[in-house]
Amino acid sequence: MAGAHAHPNYVKIWVLLLVLLVVSIVGPELGIPWLTLLTAFGIALVKTYYVAAYFMHLNFEKKYVWFLLLISTVLLGVFFFGVASDIMKTDGQNWQDCIANNTCAEQQRYFVIDGDGQLR
Amino acid sequence: MSMQGPLATSRSATGIPTGRLGVWWLLASEIFIFGGLIACYILYRLNNPWWGGEAVFTKVPAGAFNTFVLLTSSLFIVLAHDAAEKKDFDRAFKFIWYTIGGGGVFLLVKYYEYSSKLFADDPELLKTPLTNTYWSFYYTATGLHALHVIGGMVIMALISFDLRKGFNPHRVELIGLYWHFVDIVWIFLFPLLYIAK
Amino acid sequence: MGQTTVTHDSHAAHGHDHHEQSFIMKYFFSTDHKIIGLQYMFTGMFMAIVGGYFAYAFRMQLAFPGMEVPLYGTVGPGQYNMLITNHGAIMIFWVAMPVLIAAFGNILIPLMIGCDDMVFPRLNRLSYQIFLLSVVVLFMSFFVQGGGFGGAWTSYPPLSAVAEYNLTDWGASLWLIAVALEFVAFLIGGINFVTTSMNARAPGMRMTDIPIVVWMIVLASIMFMASVGPLIAGSVMLLMDQRVGTTFFVPSGGGDPVLWQHLFWFFGHPEVYVVLLPALGIVAEIMTTFARKKLFGYKTILYTTFATGGLAFVVWAHHQFIAGIDPRMANIFLVTTLLISIPIAEILFSYVATLYGGSIEFRTPMLWALGFLVTFLLGGVTGIYLGSSALDIYFHDSYFVIAHFHSTFFPIAIIGMFAGLYHWYPKMFGRMMDETLGKIHFWGTIIPFNGIFLPLFLVGMAGQHRRIYNFQHFPDLATADLQGIRVFATVSLVTMLLFQFVFAYNFFVSMFKGEKAPANPWKSNTLEWTVPSPPPHGNFAELPTVYRGPYEYSVPGNKEDYWPQNMPDRN
Repeated sequence: MAGAHAHPNYVKIWVLLLVLLVVSIVGPELGIPWLTLLTAFGIALVKTYYVAAYFMHLNFEKKYVWFLLLISTVLLGVFFFGVASDIMKTDGQNWQDCIANNTCAEQQRYFVIDGDGQLR
Repeated sequence: MSMQGPLATSRSATGIPTGRLGVWWLLASEIFIFGGLIACYILYRLNNPWWGGEAVFTKVPAGAFNTFVLLTSSLFIVLAHDAAEKKDFDRAFKFIWYTIGGGGVFLLVKYYEYSSKLFADDPELLKTPLTNTYWSFYYTATGLHALHVIGGMVIMALISFDLRKGFNPHRVELIGLYWHFVDIVWIFLFPLLYIAK
Repeated sequence: MGQTTVTHDSHAAHGHDHHEQSFIMKYFFSTDHKIIGLQYMFTGMFMAIVGGYFAYAFRMQLAFPGMEVPLYGTVGPGQYNMLITNHGAIMIFWVAMPVLIAAFGNILIPLMIGCDDMVFPRLNRLSYQIFLLSVVVLFMSFFVQGGGFGGAWTSYPPLSAVAEYNLTDWGASLWLIAVALEFVAFLIGGINFVTTSMNARAPGMRMTDIPIVVWMIVLASIMFMASVGPLIAGSVMLLMDQRVGTTFFVPSGGGDPVLWQHLFWFFGHPEVYVVLLPALGIVAEIMTTFARKKLFGYKTILYTTFATGGLAFVVWAHHQFIAGIDPRMANIFLVTTLLISIPIAEILFSYVATLYGGSIEFRTPMLWALGFLVTFLLGGVTGIYLGSSALDIYFHDSYFVIAHFHSTFFPIAIIGMFAGLYHWYPKMFGRMMDETLGKIHFWGTIIPFNGIFLPLFLVGMAGQHRRIYNFQHFPDLATADLQGIRVFATVSLVTMLLFQFVFAYNFFVSMFKGEKAPANPWKSNTLEWTVPSPPPHGNFAELPTVYRGPYEYSVPGNKEDYWPQNMPDRN
């Protein structure tokens, strides 16, 4: 089956993943917003790559499988951006989603009262 | 009825063994299930910046430890696959049970996290799915993930005994792929729910 | 595999039994793809009866409001909602899906690509068992306290999310669970179909030698798999809303109901193509067989199908033009919606071009296939109006929409199903169906069908909204001429339902008393016609090798006008 290819050194990959894990925890502690994003989510992507490529042997699999998995994520992206403008944006040049704006304002108010100053 | 499968199963026009191809398609469909849930979470999360104040109540060390546990169990299952390929079935059996143990530790930590929030005496720390939508997402996403962990553990336990006798060694690879996927889902849930504040 | 013995053509439908299994083991726990296909088919046909019965009940209520409906009783407002909701859900999830994809997919794929079974036979059985469970759960939902769910098959929250609003506490949840189980069943089945046709093709069969119907079923399975995931996640969230009391989709708690609409239609629109493609495939097989002519533009059809599949994922929000979505996105979805009519039209043109110059035999399957073309054209063209966001503001939620999507779904699910059934019946049961009865059934279905829905276009344009229990409560809509149209539509429906008894008689009597079918009654090329009717367990006595494409009809220089795929030499 998969015996044709040389196996990567799994333990080495594992150590690398643990290092990345530490970075992804320490990074956000510094409190710099862009660094938080980069370390938390950028590193999640890198970790995913290593698990997929070496543990799941994707690097030794037919290219077709990468394609399959990437198409899946791209379609999810399509879903996300098709929906985002409705769920996240409530006004534009010539229009305004009054109901959503009011709901959002109420939510904010509700939380300032309840959230004892945790709000940023 | 013959116990051997149909001839169709042994054909491989793509060059990928049938079982593995099936698992890849299964994982593609799982990407959509978890991806859809995560996409919904991100949409709400970006729309409600105050959820960062809620994420403070998650236990980052517990989450980090669980990430470590899952990564390690991923290593164990890939070593089991390696051993199964080398026909060292006792070693493969051992590593499968290490993996199941990893899943068990993960669930114990999860239980500790859940119970410390659901049954907290301090009303500040009491967080149920009804507290607000952030916590609804927290419990739904981690709960769905935990169900996948349990499912994987059950399947691994079932195949491990066949494996020790040398039957169907390729199944280790298949359950391994699934287990790595569950690991990857957690790799994303951890920063989304715990770290991002 | 070794146990396969060659049966002869004169085998009775239920006569062959090589394995000495009990009846129960053979027909209820079989892993044979043909048996599972038939299980799906019979379950789907049973559900079609239920769905048709519901349609009968609420159409009678609309034509004769308040009257006691014969064989049903009085239809109350809550019950009316339950009937329309479950009519829609049943017809799409429990009739179109199982019959078109699961039944034909199971029966045809292994036979057409030349292998002995699905690659995962036990998974196949599991898929049917989960599907059956979903049927049971659906029926449970009708009989719990509060009655069946009445929030429409789209189940928009907050109506569907909060029991105080929809008044069907467990009915709504069980309905949702049933739908989710059905999704899981088809995910498992779809993985099986895709893997089978990718990996288990007969030696010599190139990608372009695969019959179109197999391509279509596989592409439909892939599209289903890719679109249903977010909705499964959404169903879990909606179920949490219903049972735990979270507020994912309830605005009073900070949720957003529009998100559910997106999740639903991200699945719901590709779903239309998921059921359309297998029907198109079935029609293609029939057309080329009965026109005795090569399918026009095999590769063109294939590529346009890919294009349809891609575009189908970026049109979903045209169902939500008046739901308060971002107007800029409405523009984008308007353009993509109009774009998708191009590949579909191209496929239909290819079919017409296949007919051109062919020596057409008007056998029953061919009549149904031609009926599909005509009726579907009507449904497709009216869709262009609804895809334009400005017109949709007027037409939305009117009977125009009802008439439009029935003019697409009826050809897909019912005409496509009958076309396939008449065509492959000899292969499934080893007997021929009666041609005359088949033709009576065809005309008795197609004419009343248009009698139902052409008038409904008119009442829709007159402003009649859907999901209204009694139009007599609305003075503008209670006029005698509109009511006359409603009565006409209902009478047409009853006529159409009565003609289905002709089919039922033909179907069951032919199964036991019909003329014995030869292996290849239609002189067709594809591999399933090279085995005896019905095929034995294991399908092929000797697994075939493929030498050419599936549509080599009337090739000059051949003695016969067909040329089977597995025949090495000239015919």
